Amino acid sequence: METLVCDGLCKYYGNVKALDRVDLTLEEGKIVGLLGPNGSGKTTLIKLASRLLVPSGGSVRICGETPSEITKAMVSYLPDRNYLPEYMNSEELVGMYKDFFADFDEQRAYQMLDSLSIDLKMPLRKMSKGTKEKVQLILTMSRRAKLYLLDEPIAGVDPAARDYILRTIISNYDETATVLISTHLIADVENVLDEAVFLKEGKIVLHQSVDEIKENTGKSVDEYFREVFRC
Amino acid sequence: MKWKFSDDVPIYLQIIELMKVDIASGKYKSGDKLPAVRDLAMEAGVNPNTVQRAYTELEREGLVQSERTSGRFVSIDASKMNEVREDLSRTYIEELFVHLRSLGMDDRSIKDAVAKWEDEDGNIGM
Repeated sequence: METLVCDGLCKYYGNVKALDRVDLTLEEGKIVGLLGPNGSGKTTLIKLASRLLVPSGGSVRICGETPSEITKAMVSYLPDRNYLPEYMNSEELVGMYKDFFADFDEQRAYQMLDSLSIDLKMPLRKMSKGTKEKVQLILTMSRRAKLYLLDEPIAGVDPAARDYILRTIISNYDETATVLISTHLIADVENVLDEAVFLKEGKIVLHQSVDEIKENTGKSVDEYFREVFRC
Repeated sequence: MKWKFSDDVPIYLQIIELMKVDIASGKYKSGDKLPAVRDLAMEAGVNPNTVQRAYTELEREGLVQSERTSGRFVSIDASKMNEVREDLSRTYIEELFVHLRSLGMDDRSIKDAVAKWEDEDGNIGM
């Protein structure tokens, strides 16, 4: 089954082509890295799939549907910045997610919060940056979604927290879901990826399985990326 | 088991090799249960599909058998175990020769160097 299909997808901001005729198909059961330098269009692609933006041309479909309230029920989106009210604590946030999303697994969220010994009564504004990011990821991954869109989930946290976040992703998606992770910290994520998509100036320059990249080039994805995007 | 992967070889191949080492050394015995795909993926910090691919390959080679409901088990007899051990040792010897030949050593001096190394203090084996 195809979870995400982009067909000639374009997005312009004025004269700037943020995405330029992108064709991309993601299958279920895969963890895919959306990799590209700053300004290559990663966040734009993710925002189009979560319907925060509307395409300038072409189309994007999630499980066959054009982005709408139907796809929002299937897509779990982690933005690249804090999007939650700072005054709320974890318990209230779990309650809010439960109200908003039918596929939210409250028990799983509490389990993960507990395993990190996060104080359920502590408001977000009092948390460290790393803890805040972990809480947001826990909420995102506690949904039983078809497509997870994770925009820079590991930027700005220490290596131990990165490990925790990646393990949380591995242990929480199932075979019928797809996870799209945008990042430029490739070395940190490449062990968990099935496939890599390289985005350059709004265009896809490569979409291959990680095993294929290693077999064909004898290089890690990180090394290969540095070669493709050498400045 | 400590999981450390090198960057330039597909991880499923590295998992296969690590498992074969455990089988050849007798750490895994016939009938031992392998960890579940997701558990191993978590432990090693890799994608579950990667572990699945490694397991499928081990099954294809006849070293592992899967029981539909109860999981995957090591399945080897003595001759198979010797075969695995021999395969691995050939690989390691080949690597040794590749490295030493690249230093410009001929095969005779490689063999001499191995014998000499073995005789040195602290390197005496079993």
